[in-house]
Amino acid sequence: MRKKKFNALPGFGLTMGFTLLYLSIIVLIPFAGLVVRACGLHWQDFWRLATSGRALAAYRLTFGASFIAAVANAIFGTLLAWVLVRYEFPGRRCIDAIVDFPFALPTAVAGLTLASLFAANGWLGRYLVPLGIKGAYSPLGVVIALTFVGMPFVVRTLQPVLQDLEREVEEVAATLGAGRLRTFVSVIAPSLFPAVLTGFALAFARAIGEYGSIVFISGNLPFKTEIAPYLIVMRLEEYDYTGAIALAVVLLVFSFLLLGAINLLEQWSSRFQHS
Amino acid sequence: MPRVLTNHSRAAVKKSQRGTEESPFIKWTLITVALAFCFLFLLLPLVNVFAQALAKGWSYYWQSLTEPDSWAAIRLTLIVAAISVPLNVIFGLAAAWAVAKFNFPGKSMLITLIDLPFSVSPVVAGLMFVVLFGLQGFFGTWLDEHEIKIIFAVPGIVLATVFITFPFVARELIPVMQATGTEQEQAALTLGANGWQTFWHVTLPSVKWGLLYGVILCNARAMGEFGAVSVVSGHITGQTDTMPLRVEKLYNEYNAPAAFAIASLLALLALLTLGVKTLLEMKQARAYQRAQRTSFLP
Repeated sequence: MRKKKFNALPGFGLTMGFTLLYLSIIVLIPFAGLVVRACGLHWQDFWRLATSGRALAAYRLTFGASFIAAVANAIFGTLLAWVLVRYEFPGRRCIDAIVDFPFALPTAVAGLTLASLFAANGWLGRYLVPLGIKGAYSPLGVVIALTFVGMPFVVRTLQPVLQDLEREVEEVAATLGAGRLRTFVSVIAPSLFPAVLTGFALAFARAIGEYGSIVFISGNLPFKTEIAPYLIVMRLEEYDYTGAIALAVVLLVFSFLLLGAINLLEQWSSRFQHS
Repeated sequence: MPRVLTNHSRAAVKKSQRGTEESPFIKWTLITVALAFCFLFLLLPLVNVFAQALAKGWSYYWQSLTEPDSWAAIRLTLIVAAISVPLNVIFGLAAAWAVAKFNFPGKSMLITLIDLPFSVSPVVAGLMFVVLFGLQGFFGTWLDEHEIKIIFAVPGIVLATVFITFPFVARELIPVMQATGTEQEQAALTLGANGWQTFWHVTLPSVKWGLLYGVILCNARAMGEFGAVSVVSGHITGQTDTMPLRVEKLYNEYNAPAAFAIASLLALLALLTLGVKTLLEMKQARAYQRAQRTSFLP
């Protein structure tokens, strides 16, 4: 029980008032507008618009490709974080700095350069396309772009956990006769798992809303390589506001569910670290 | 005697280290795979941007950048960033002051709301402003009657950019301000400084690196935003195309070298952002080490 301390600092009314005003104008009112418009939809209309064949195909690609990309990020991100924290090698700091590159690079540039790399005459495409691996203008392209965009999440959530990991526990395992693999599987992996899962969920959530990089690399063919955010843009270009809003509601509900899951995960993993 | 002990313990240390390290073969395999992944997924795309931009030589590169419509896009991007970044800096400072220095009910709720734009798809963010200000939107008719253009014009682009970059500065500042506490400010006030003086001479200097960090992240995103801006801009060449939108238009017109020329400017911005970020982190780590060292002094 802490007694409420007297706070002599001025400016609470001013800063709080400005914060709430600005938050309302920029975020809350636009958000409320969308919600009011969505509530105005009849349930049957909403269902028809949100589950049309083209929309279902778009969700399948968006969620499927995001999931695969997040899994790829979980695997390579864990590997990268491990290598960066545990090993000393030339260029380590350089790699550590460049991991954030996908965050800093505008998504449109990412999509543009990845599309040109994997196109039939690109640096990678010229070897991959003859092998039957089409990395541009295909569902695989969507996965590639989403993997690029979500790459830093797992690395950056895992790095601090790996740094704080107590080496003594591993020494105990070794003293008790466990081999390195056994130590990794039964001692290290369980304490990394919550962080990897959090990074996975963050990358997944980011991938679902991603638009900029995909427009360039996917080809945007309806039913084949069209993602849900692109379909929203298409609906808007036809001035079909209700169609766009129905799709947006589906995406928003899904992002908020993921956000809730991420919060729970973070609570879980912080409890894990303190125990 | 001591020497024997040292040798003994050194051997023990060596052995225990071996028990908690991978064999060199596994170690170098992991490093190689990680480096290969970084090369393919980070370095190659970056180098490709500049190689493609210069594919037709320097003079074509220069022409692509100075061509009127592209030049207009560069100017618009700078204008949009020059408006939206300061707005979010003022908001970030106000929000961080209120959240970090005071206790009030609903604080965690407020922080969640500040983070909200991060979890909304950029396209949905753009849609929100179309729903408010578009022709069929809530204020559409009124705006049309008064001949005010927001959607398919610069104000809409600024609004969408402000929304997308909304949390960056506040998010960096809140933990920094929380960590510095309120003692210094209270001391300044006791010594007779007024609120503004305290803010300018005590609070601001103590959070300047966190603020700079937030500003560069906010700026990078503001200049590079594509999805939200694409929805509200209307793509009017020479008027409402920002740099990323211009990149898309040139790419769709099969003018890849020109698209890459503009993209190369954005990639340079990303590299600059990363550079400043790394410098700031090194500075922070050094300051932390210094603090650790001095804390051991009597």
